[in-house]
Amino acid sequence: MTQPARHAAMLSISNSGPNTMAGEKQQSTQHMHTQSQPSQGLRVPSNRKTIYDRHLNRSRSAELSRASFAFLFAEMVTYAQRRVTGIQDLERRLNEQGYPLGLRLLDLLYYRTMSSSTSSSLSSSSTSASPPNRPLRILPLLHLIHGPLWRLLFNRPADALEHSVSPETPNEYMITDNDPLVNTYISVPKEMSMLNCAAFVAGIIEGVCDGCGFEAKVTAHNQPTEMWPGRTIFLLRFGESVMEREKVLERAGVK
Amino acid sequence: MAVFSLIIINKAGGLVYQREFQPGLRKLSTNDYLVLAGTFHGVHAITRSITPKLPLAAIPNPPITPTTATTPSPNIASPSSTSTPTPSSSSASAGGYTYPNPGVPATGLESLETDKFRLTCFQTLTGTKFLLFTEPTMANIDVVMKKIYELYADFVMKNPFYQLEMPVRCEAFDRNLQGWLRGRA
Repeated sequence: MTQPARHAAMLSISNSGPNTMAGEKQQSTQHMHTQSQPSQGLRVPSNRKTIYDRHLNRSRSAELSRASFAFLFAEMVTYAQRRVTGIQDLERRLNEQGYPLGLRLLDLLYYRTMSSSTSSSLSSSSTSASPPNRPLRILPLLHLIHGPLWRLLFNRPADALEHSVSPETPNEYMITDNDPLVNTYISVPKEMSMLNCAAFVAGIIEGVCDGCGFEAKVTAHNQPTEMWPGRTIFLLRFGESVMEREKVLERAGVK
Repeated sequence: MAVFSLIIINKAGGLVYQREFQPGLRKLSTNDYLVLAGTFHGVHAITRSITPKLPLAAIPNPPITPTTATTPSPNIASPSSTSTPTPSSSSASAGGYTYPNPGVPATGLESLETDKFRLTCFQTLTGTKFLLFTEPTMANIDVVMKKIYELYADFVMKNPFYQLEMPVRCEAFDRNLQGWLRGRA
């Protein structure tokens, strides 16, 4: 508390003008900064891997505790269960919990996928116009979700990616996860058998889709098999506007 | 080498889980299982309180064979060992006591053996009791017990739809328990 006051007093003595005081102080602090960091502003390591490229855990083997995640997610489900009117309401709440996560995660996802592809192009050729990595059509978006997003979240790609075979619903796509991480320890009681707590993951996907500019509704559905009792299908329903744009882009030959 | 059945009793003595793993066992009614759990809970408490204590003065000459229910090794303890009240325990009531195995508090009944089956009881630090009925010749019951405890901690306690101290109805717990026991057999 006393330090800046004394500093200011010294400045005012040397300058004798109260108006210039603040500016002078800013200059001096800037000066000090540049002195302590002689190189150009942001430091980039020689291999171009900044802190954003890496997981916060330094080593690959240092993983997060699955148990703490399970307890946290269990609390989230319990929290969402308060004052809900039914299963759909509960799923909607879980979806809403995941949605902002998807929106925010998207930037990190872009950053990582882009830096990994552009770093090679930068080193090979110095052309500044690298191809845009933002998905413009539905299929690249789905691949982004199926591969990089799933790897970022669960450390493995999703198990299947399908397009609806029904001609009435060309806007429906399905992503399958045989054993969703969030449902590992969850047994849904019989009277709520329709519920799938992976609605939270569906919310993340919805956030990613919306963040990319693809309006979509994503829901999670149980589809158990003998081998995979927890198999979950994420159904992505893209909006009208997305489908119209898709047609225009197809005619224009945009990939 | 078979596990016959498993019973889980909550800390209040209520039955929360009961399941058979072998076909052809005679079934009890639900009410009988509840009574069995409650009775066992009581017997367990009694065996803990009648655990004989050694008077501190009598330690140098240890004449008492540890045929009690408190010993940590599970293969000795048996409640049918009729010599439970050791003669010295009533006489030396004023002096200090120690348990046969100092440092290990009395835990109550740990196993009960008959020629048809062996009942092993494992009580967790939170008071939940796991009762395992196995073949009398089965070895490494503690390994099985540990795994069951682990599965319980995973699939019951991490399940947001499970209410504490209430009957366990967790399909994932059933599935994993069954799968693991089948994999062992």
